[in-house]
Amino acid sequence: MHTKNILGFDVPDFIEGFGDVEHYSGVWNKLKKENIGETIISPPVKSRVAHTSKMKNSLKEAIDACNPHDGMTVTFHHHLRGGDYIVEQTIRYLAEVGIKDITLASSSLTSAHECLVPFVKDGTITRIFSSGIRDELGKAISEGHMKNPVVIHSHGGRARAIKTGRIKIDLAVVAASAADCEGNCTGSFGPSAFGSIGYAMIDVMYADKVVVVTDNLVDFPCIPPSIRQHNVDHVVKVETIGDPSKIASGTTRITKSPMDLRIAEMAADAIEQSGVFREGYSFQVGAGGASLAVAKFMRDKMKAQEIKGSFMIGGITSYCVDMLNEGLFNALFDVQSFDAAVSTSVHGNTNHVEISSDQYAGPYNCGCMTNKLDVVVLGALEVDTDFNVNVITGADGVIRGASGGHSDTAAGAKLTVVVCPSFRGRLPMIKKRVQNVVTPGESIDLIVTERGICVNPNNKNLEVKLKEAGLNIVDIDKLREEVDKITGVPVEPKFTNKIVGVIEYRDGSVIDVIRAVDTED
Amino acid sequence: MAARRKRRTMLYIPGNNPAMLQQGGVYGADGLLLDLEDAVALNQKDAARILVRNMINTVDFYNCEVTVRINHLDTPFGIADLEEIVPLQPDAIRYPKTESVEDLKRLISIVEEIEKKHNIENPTMTIHAMIETALGVQNVFDIAAYSKRVDCITIGGQDLTADMNVVKTKDGNELDFARKRIVMAAKANKIDAIDTVFADVDDDEGLMIETEMIKGIGFAGKAVINPRQISTIHDVFNPTEEEIRKAVRIIREFNKNREAGIGVFAIDGKMIDAPVVARAQYIIDVAGIEI
Repeated sequence: MHTKNILGFDVPDFIEGFGDVEHYSGVWNKLKKENIGETIISPPVKSRVAHTSKMKNSLKEAIDACNPHDGMTVTFHHHLRGGDYIVEQTIRYLAEVGIKDITLASSSLTSAHECLVPFVKDGTITRIFSSGIRDELGKAISEGHMKNPVVIHSHGGRARAIKTGRIKIDLAVVAASAADCEGNCTGSFGPSAFGSIGYAMIDVMYADKVVVVTDNLVDFPCIPPSIRQHNVDHVVKVETIGDPSKIASGTTRITKSPMDLRIAEMAADAIEQSGVFREGYSFQVGAGGASLAVAKFMRDKMKAQEIKGSFMIGGITSYCVDMLNEGLFNALFDVQSFDAAVSTSVHGNTNHVEISSDQYAGPYNCGCMTNKLDVVVLGALEVDTDFNVNVITGADGVIRGASGGHSDTAAGAKLTVVVCPSFRGRLPMIKKRVQNVVTPGESIDLIVTERGICVNPNNKNLEVKLKEAGLNIVDIDKLREEVDKITGVPVEPKFTNKIVGVIEYRDGSVIDVIRAVDTED
Repeated sequence: MAARRKRRTMLYIPGNNPAMLQQGGVYGADGLLLDLEDAVALNQKDAARILVRNMINTVDFYNCEVTVRINHLDTPFGIADLEEIVPLQPDAIRYPKTESVEDLKRLISIVEEIEKKHNIENPTMTIHAMIETALGVQNVFDIAAYSKRVDCITIGGQDLTADMNVVKTKDGNELDFARKRIVMAAKANKIDAIDTVFADVDDDEGLMIETEMIKGIGFAGKAVINPRQISTIHDVFNPTEEEIRKAVRIIREFNKNREAGIGVFAIDGKMIDAPVVARAQYIIDVAGIEI
């Protein structure tokens, strides 16, 4: 049976290969109960005889020691980004020894994981949980080549899924840029340093078996240990965990794109006038384009008005580190570091705190960091006139993005700002209805485009404040019409009825489904 | 008093770049300079002319003053540019290398002929005379005074320094005389003077220093080659909060005294007369405040 959910998206009550659907019911409807009647699974009880070695000679030997079996769930973390070698090496070996029907649960998948396409097609991998999927893998899944639908979760949603056993981990493989023989490990130093290892922290607590893989085995003890030995079963030294040039490089630079800068400046002006920008405020921005550029303008405003913030959180760039070092914020909370320069700060600055994805954004705990966020600036692939945001599928309907912390931070922040050009190339970005919703409009306050700022009608006070400040506030329906006049309205892609992806909201309910693109034409 | 048009920034956009033309109005510049001249290669002059014509007809440039820089009438493209652009009556045309009253006379007679041909009885399009040669600097007082249609004098630093056979430097000493003479010619005729571009788009500090300098000698604004320069220039030209408060007070007092038939009055012991009131009104106009 098909149902329109409360946002008007067509989501069935039962999905083949996924099961019964708990429908999305609002941003806080489920979580406001505080005690929501589900249980956290017990971590496996482990023991170890004194003075026995955890060291294995190879990744293969370590995997063999973890009882690989058909139907197993293997998890990874995506801090190695486009440079990751470990996911491929693990899956390739499991395929070699004939393991089938694997559930791959990585915190996200990147361009490094196109190599998984053959394993999806031959049934080695039959289920994926991930925040994001891109490139050829996204295309293969969107064309219906995987047995079961992929489950797209937020970073906070993944922590929830692991804690409740929705993702029941048989084997967690943790890549570390430094580790010792007992499994104390970190990403904060070493030749392949990548900064925070926050996403893996939750995996090692609940996995049946944990393997730490490093290309930099250091003398015991590895200090500071981001992940600690009492959760680690095996340690492997390999030649390299990935391509350092693609793991993290240099420092993140602010965009020079006049369009992104224009949007960022408008967004910063709106934040300044919103009432949230004041002494002790907290702030999160993304690493790309207009989103990061907002930090540049906020930095100028903080200096000019002598405002000191409390903390920055999230994916941390060197720009955030600079703001910490300038004394503009008291602390950084880092679940993922975006460039090489950040690793040094994670390693050496006690006010730069590495946190798990559960502490970052987990909805099933007594209060994650995103709940304390004042301002977040987010990007979008497209938005709609109900302020819903799509960050997962492109205009052609193919999976090519990531949920990330989008819905987590949008829910938590007092002021959620989406920065998005009104069109890209010839494609309008403001639609009557997004193709897929990841973050519900209820949690979005502002959509900032180069042609004006749209204020969610739910937030009348904000609209009044921004208008009084003389900012260029536009009605989102009128803006859509204006942009449609420039670009025309594109023909929507065609889909089949096959569901290839399930988009979970952070609380575990299903907010939307992704259907297979129709390749007949 | 009617608000004066703000001309803090005039953003150059190459006339043969559809994407940039289409987005021209969104960057917050006070004016746009749709360029058919130096930014366009010789073999693309006709394509640019057609594109700019179509863009003016279809694209919303919001509140920007839309100016088209045409090619000089001594080139093979000048007449064709005017034939295509004048009927559209953009806010203004910018005429490059204006050197004498004769140049303007020739331009305006062709413009008026085209307007007549298209039955434009009350033309609104003004002319921005661009001074780019030593001779133009010499004749700028006559140029500024020649016609009511000329409501802006601009300086082209690159061509002018080339004509002077000197290098354009960061501190701009070589342009000092020309800048001040052009400003004075504009002021003498109650029209605006607009400064030349600042070429290093990555040097915000240099841009700020130069903008402070040209503001200080009386320019109303500056040409811009990259949208990233706009906010820096606006920051310099925007009045401070203190200036705005003072200006508001002056205008309020002026309005009150005018109703009572008093022309000159004092605030905090300082005499307020017409020039002070005009300056206060300008600050209020730039700040975008209505009293």
